[in-house]
Parts: sequence; structure tokens; C-alpha cells
Amino acid sequence: MVVKGVQFRNHRVVGGILELAERYCAEGADELVFYDITASPDDRSVDRSWVTQVARVLDIPFCVAGGIRSVADAEDVLNKGADKISINSPALAKPALITELAKRFGSQCVVIGIDSREEHGNYFVYQYTGDPGKTIAAQRLTMDWVTEVQQRGAGEIVLNCMNQDGVRKGYDIEQLAAVRAVCNVPLIASGGAGAKDHFLQVFEQANVDGALAASVFHSAEIPIPDLKDYLAKNQVDIRR
Amino acid sequence: MSKIAIIDSGGANIASLVFAFERLGRSAELTTDAAVIRSADRVLLPGVGAAKNAMDRLADAQLIDVIRGLKQPVLGICLGMQLLLEGSEEENVECLGVVPGIAARLPSTPACPVPNMGWCATRKTSDHALLNDIPDDSYFYYLHSYALPVSDCTLATANHAKPFSAVIGRDNFVAAQFHPERSSTAGAQLLSNFLDDSL
Repeated sequence: MVVKGVQFRNHRVVGGILELAERYCAEGADELVFYDITASPDDRSVDRSWVTQVARVLDIPFCVAGGIRSVADAEDVLNKGADKISINSPALAKPALITELAKRFGSQCVVIGIDSREEHGNYFVYQYTGDPGKTIAAQRLTMDWVTEVQQRGAGEIVLNCMNQDGVRKGYDIEQLAAVRAVCNVPLIASGGAGAKDHFLQVFEQANVDGALAASVFHSAEIPIPDLKDYLAKNQVDIRR
Repeated sequence: MSKIAIIDSGGANIASLVFAFERLGRSAELTTDAAVIRSADRVLLPGVGAAKNAMDRLADAQLIDVIRGLKQPVLGICLGMQLLLEGSEEENVECLGVVPGIAARLPSTPACPVPNMGWCATRKTSDHALLNDIPDDSYFYYLHSYALPVSDCTLATANHAKPFSAVIGRDNFVAAQFHPERSSTAGAQLLSNFLDDSL
């Protein structure tokens, strides 16, 4: 099932995986990311038969995140038809894993997810964010980690701005712009989208390569075709 | 019905290509068997990852000369396109050499990070049956760090800081730098065209 929370808490079910995958594909989403948010905190891996089912129906790229702790895990997910793998907590636990994955599969399918929160005027990385009881500060500054993962071979960074997650007040432009300045690989904004103009702001002001959202699409509050028309009218280069 | 062979080049994304043909109502055989490849009506050479690793795998499977000698339509995809060239700047690897040119590293600029990952508008520069019924400037999905500069084999281009070859053709060998299997309806049209008798 697909669930969505607010600031990584109080998750509720929003639909079936295949049903949502097909819906978003038909509506014109450019890419889908599937997060198994409980995979790392529970110290278990995903049941991955669903990856093949998703790969069969989707004709757009998709990324799988959660529970990928080794080259073998990654190979399993990619062989089942995922285009990219995203790792977060396991990369923090073992940064050398990023290099191993990039060497084996190429940087283009290695996405690093970073959960970041502003505190006392600085940005810090958080770990095990799928379970509020287990979430911990990773003792790393976000900017340092962004730099390190690129050196280790990350091909894309998804920055989840935790202060903004699920609250629909707009992306964390300030933080994303700061990360953009040190990020030479594609950067995807995540957390906070609540209105069409939030998407425009993040492309215009933080110069990100992509914008990820969940709540507003799950609720159908922002239909994807409307959003794309709006962005294209405002000179954002986007597939329609 | 014509037989479709997909050369198993060891890349991890090959399942999605098989599924793309399933969505077209066709089955494709994933293989490293020279006899199956030679007897197929259509051959695909997909690939992701490093060029040298992929060439080593083709050599280990004794497929280098098999591929060079194919006379039926062959479609290279992504890294598979680069493998059809004379070589790649990536680790200075020698490739199959059935299409002239060397894959070069994409320029990295603040506006155009490398790898190039995402949807790019793709413009036809030449008429070819592979591109039939695909509107100009259709978006296709790209995932790559190297590309063939525009050459006289170029059939379509896309931009990443500057234009590069998005689709190429030479004799029976055609190739796409993007992933048609992940490029929505435009990609499905290209795969369908590749199966068409007019090719």
C-alpha cells in the first residue's frame, strides 16, 4: 500500500501501488519514486515482487528506495526492472556503499536520498526517518554530506526538507538553493509542495532539476496535467 | 511473427525492455546465444553502466564478431548505442565499430549537470522509418554521461549544453541514446517502428 504522513509521522494509506503507478503514468508524471519507509528502521528488506509488477505497467522511469543495503540488494531491484535505486540510511551507515554501487551499476542509477532539517541556523542530516521512534540525527552537516556523496559517485540527490514535509507550505527554497550551490549532479526537491506556484518557485529560485511531491498528487488537489500546463506557460522546460 | 532477440549485455535494466515489448503485445528473447541472435528478425543491444565492462561481457560471450556481422535491423539503446561506435572516451575503450564515431564525455555546466538524467526534447534531423509518427521535439528519457557528437549518421539530436546525437543510423544499425522503454508513448512508437517491415 502507499502511505503518506506529515513531517514523517502519522502515516495513512492513500492507495494501492499499481493503481497509483498507472494513474500517475497516465496523468503525465515524469518519474515515480517508491519509498519503503519502514525498510531501514525495522532492519528488514522489502518484498520485491511488486517491483516487477510496477516495471510491467510503467512506461516512465521509476526509482526504488528503502532496504537497499548492499550491491546484491541493488542488483535484485534493478534486475526486477527499476531504473534507479535510492539509498539513504544505509549510505550514512556505510558511505563506501555509494562507491561500490556507482562502480557496479554506473552513477546514473545511484540516487542518494538526504533527509535534512534546519536547526540553529545550520542544516543537519537525519537518519531512519521512516519511524518517528527511531529517527536520529546523523551527526553530519547537510552541505558536507552532499559534497561527500558526489565524490563517492552519487548520480542524483533527492533532498527531503523535513521541516516542510507534508505541510504544503512550499519547498524550502533557501535550503535547496544552498545545496544547489554545492551540487553538480541532478538535484530533486522534496517536501512542502502545496500549490502550483510552489513548483514554479523551486524551479526558478533554487534551480533544481526536478520537483518531487506526494500529498498534493495523492489527494488529486493538483492534477499533474494542470501543473505541467502552468509550468510550461511560465517557461519551465517540461514534457507534456 | 518476427523473432525479437535482446542481447543480454549484463546491464541491469534489461527487464524493462522485455516488458516494453510485452506492452506492444510481442515477446522478446533475452539471450547471449549466437545462433538465436543470428536467426532473429530484429536484434536489440541494450546496456547500462560502463562501456568497458559491457565490451568485456560481449567478448566473453564471443559476440563481438557475431554483432558486427548482423544483416538484420539492430537497435542499440543507451550504452548499447555507444557500443556500436568505434569507441568511447570512457576508459578509452574500443567498441564494435559498426557506426563511425567516438562517444565523448558530456560537458558539465551549472545548468546542465552530468549525468544527464531526465526528459529531453528530441529533434529529427533526418527522415528515417525508425522515427515515423513521432512528433518533432517529443520528449524522451535519457540517463547517460557520454554521447556521440552530431555526425553524418545522426538522425535526431537533443541538447545538453550543446547538441548531441540522440538517434543514429548506418546501414542496418540504428540506435537511440535515450531509453525508449521508459519514454512513454513516444518511446513505444519508436520500438513499434523498429519492428515495422519498412525498416
